Amino acid sequence: MEAIVATAIGILTTCGIFLMLRARTFPVVLGLTLLSYAVNLFLFASGRLMLDAPPLIRAGARYTDPLPQALVLTAIVIGFGMTAYLLMVALRAMAETGDDHVDGREKS
Amino acid sequence: MNAHAAIFPILIPLIAALLQLAGRHLGLSIQRGIGLSAALLGILSAAWLLQLADGGSILVYALGDWAAPVGIVLVADRLAAGMTLLTALLAGASLLYASGGFDKRGRHFHPLFQLQIMGIQGAFLTGDLFNLFVFFEVMLLASYTLLAHGGGLARSRASLSYVVLNLAGSALFLIALGLLYGTLGTLNLADVALRLQTAEHDIALARLAGALLIAVFALKAALLPLSFWLPHTYAAAGAPVAALFVIMTKVGIVAILRVQAIAFAPSPTMADLLTGWLTPMALMTVLFAALGALVATRLRYFAAWLVLASAGTLLITPAHAQADITAAALYYLVQSTFIGAAFFLLAELIAERRGEVADTIQSGPSFQSPWLAMGFFIAAITAAGLPPFSGFLGKLMLLASLRETAAGAAIWIVLLTAGFLIIVALSRTGSRLFWQHKPQTQPLATPSTPWQSVLAVLLLIAAGPLLAIFARPVADYAARAATQLHAPGAYINGVLGTSGHAIVREARP
Repeated sequence: MEAIVATAIGILTTCGIFLMLRARTFPVVLGLTLLSYAVNLFLFASGRLMLDAPPLIRAGARYTDPLPQALVLTAIVIGFGMTAYLLMVALRAMAETGDDHVDGREKS
Repeated sequence: MNAHAAIFPILIPLIAALLQLAGRHLGLSIQRGIGLSAALLGILSAAWLLQLADGGSILVYALGDWAAPVGIVLVADRLAAGMTLLTALLAGASLLYASGGFDKRGRHFHPLFQLQIMGIQGAFLTGDLFNLFVFFEVMLLASYTLLAHGGGLARSRASLSYVVLNLAGSALFLIALGLLYGTLGTLNLADVALRLQTAEHDIALARLAGALLIAVFALKAALLPLSFWLPHTYAAAGAPVAALFVIMTKVGIVAILRVQAIAFAPSPTMADLLTGWLTPMALMTVLFAALGALVATRLRYFAAWLVLASAGTLLITPAHAQADITAAALYYLVQSTFIGAAFFLLAELIAERRGEVADTIQSGPSFQSPWLAMGFFIAAITAAGLPPFSGFLGKLMLLASLRETAAGAAIWIVLLTAGFLIIVALSRTGSRLFWQHKPQTQPLATPSTPWQSVLAVLLLIAAGPLLAIFARPVADYAARAATQLHAPGAYINGVLGTSGHAIVREARP
């Protein structure tokens, strides 16, 4: 399971960084979204991966670390809000410059 | 009541922002009233906190009364309390300036401004690294919107790259926190420090986490390879917003100082994490900024390059982790913050008087404004580090404390060369703006500057002479703050209690 999660995080990060380096705003937004997915998975895995274990401490029972779940929840909410705001900024920049190039203009 | 002192600098702007949002139909004067009273209350509460912290004990405020390391704590030591007061004073002056009419240029300026103050204050006061991330995001989200306040093409473009860059920085911050939690099992700064002192963790992973954390702070502090965003972002922002942004680079610098002094320096495996690369990078930043100031074509860009130069100068210090160097850096930090902010406000006032040439650094129509010329002169002398004002004292203390270090000679050469370049740039700028006139065919209408803006600029510029006159108490406080910062045992004991060592640690697979 560790290998699958690690591979997934790696692929998401690679795609995210590749898209972030593109010159148009839409791929950049997509890239940042993918990167934030990768980061959320990574944070989730930082409490170690456990199967069939609730994040509750009961006497004698197995449990998974509840803290990363709380951290991921916070990170997801913040990341979602930021992505929504970024889309607004990108749309406004496109409306004002008439171009969705990240520098606001196409190189001639 | 004293036990709750640490929460007020965060709570006051939050409540003010909520009130302003609830009362947004009541008109601008009510919004301004709430904002300025909150700023005044913020200054008073920060001064109170500073007085309490100067007693020498570490004030720990457990949010929800959950004790550290499980709960989140706010920690006010002398450094945090001093930065809180600096932020409150700067925010008060910027808000006063904005009340002169800047706040009319867009919607929701006042609540966003208060939320930005809340984020900055929280970032200085928190004792938990994930909480630091949350306050960074509060600060950034407000700053994204404030940057775009007023509208215009330049601001839209600057906003886009600023938001993308900081979102990437946030992702990096979260990766660093995940690594740190996965390795050490805690995100409380005092607890991180305690666990780094033992050798029961993966050293390579912990060092990687530490390096990523420093990289994120360096992005905020604008260390050279990560500083290209700063000049055009700060130059695009409206004057009072840019003035408040000056403190945001300082948030990154103080975060580096704190993490280095409390968590890295006492640890046998992390102590050399900043050695050898941070100081050279910081020196390159100073040179880069001085050259930038030399070629700046607009006064706002010029102010932004000056902010970058002071950030670079401050970043020389954390790698040394010595109390006397940090003390000099803290004094330099205070005065450079006020003067950097003053320059952005001066740039707008000068631009208003020069008609079409605005703040471009070239000869333009003559304008009669002796107080503005005098203000620019004082601010320029302070920023250039010439006697008799606080810029000179700050630079002198910094140079004197760095003389004995290994790279002392290189630091002296770079700082003095950069200082010379900045003096050349300042004198060229000043003489073009105030002395070289083009004859005008039609007379320019002199704009009436509202008294709030004049007062705010005068207060910020007065910091130059005042910090020189009262240099002794400020420098003494900086020395006490630095001594306390570099004795992390008291911080760790203060946060975790003496029983903190007894917490049972689970073995992590």
